[in-house]
Amino acid sequence: MANRNRKVPDINSSSTADIAFLLLIFFLLTTSMDTDRGLARLLPPPPEKDQQDQTDKIKERNILQVYLNKDDQLMCGNEYISINQLRQKAKDFIENVNNDPKKPEKVQKNIPFFGPMMVTDKHVISLQNDRGTSYQAYISVQNELVAAYNELRDEISEQKWQKKYADLSEDEQKAVRMIYPQRISEAEPKKYGGK
Amino acid sequence: MGKFNKTGKRGMPALNTSSLPDLIFTLLFFFMMVTSMREVTLKVQFTLPQGTELEKLEKKSLVTFIYVGMPTQEYRAKMGSESRIQLNDSYAEVSEVQDFIYQERSSMKEDDQPLMTVSLKVDKGTKMGIVTDIKNALRQAYALKINYSARKRD
Repeated sequence: MANRNRKVPDINSSSTADIAFLLLIFFLLTTSMDTDRGLARLLPPPPEKDQQDQTDKIKERNILQVYLNKDDQLMCGNEYISINQLRQKAKDFIENVNNDPKKPEKVQKNIPFFGPMMVTDKHVISLQNDRGTSYQAYISVQNELVAAYNELRDEISEQKWQKKYADLSEDEQKAVRMIYPQRISEAEPKKYGGK
Repeated sequence: MGKFNKTGKRGMPALNTSSLPDLIFTLLFFFMMVTSMREVTLKVQFTLPQGTELEKLEKKSLVTFIYVGMPTQEYRAKMGSESRIQLNDSYAEVSEVQDFIYQERSSMKEDDQPLMTVSLKVDKGTKMGIVTDIKNALRQAYALKINYSARKRD
């Protein structure tokens, strides 16, 4: 009452910056900006007990066998190849331009946007590895196979829409996926010899 | 000539720092947003393999991690240097993977459960045997969406 207009003293805020700095540094240190990247795969559901082995139902021409042995050597079909050759080999196999009777059979299919197309939709790339194969070799092979599919999809997207596959709309991507469905089968590994 | 030669101290005007806290706070909020603290302490060492055709892992809340690699230095005396699996905070055997997946799945929201992704962080030198065993366990547990974690090859 005596002193009505007494001013509220200002809080000294010169140290807020320091406090904020401390917090900032803490979060800077704890931040891990790793964006996790990896090869996305879909595993087949577990085999049912009464299910018969389906592998012999697939015609031989529709399968591309890829073996990886315990010394990380790569075999495709009947020959040893290097990892750099695998992509081209897989592409030739999936695409089957000349309708080679040794490569997967082509079936006519109606595809949205494209109309009737000859598609090799029965093909399977069967990847078999040994228990002793190193993980890096396995990932490299998977990577090459996925790369083969991605290149093929990009090629056809460029032809049709002059765009990369990744830039297409969802329906368009679906159509491209119908032409080149990703069919990589990971067979149960075999154990050749001892450890 | 004398124009540039003014004598007398002119004194730098004080920089107005009153908005400095605000600037810092903005930065602070940015880092608070992007921060994701690591929930598990790694007990295995791994160097991820390299690849080119990588996809980004989206939605961290849907992802479960399985680590495989050599035990870190401090545990090596006890555990040896064979590749081991780490689930959450402890070492585990292949047989425990399936239960682990069930557990993780039941702790997720019901809508998210079918979208569950398992990220395999495996050392590049690991033998495929152990990876295959894990894969089989995942198949049994119907955790079919997996992601082989890898680094971009330069």
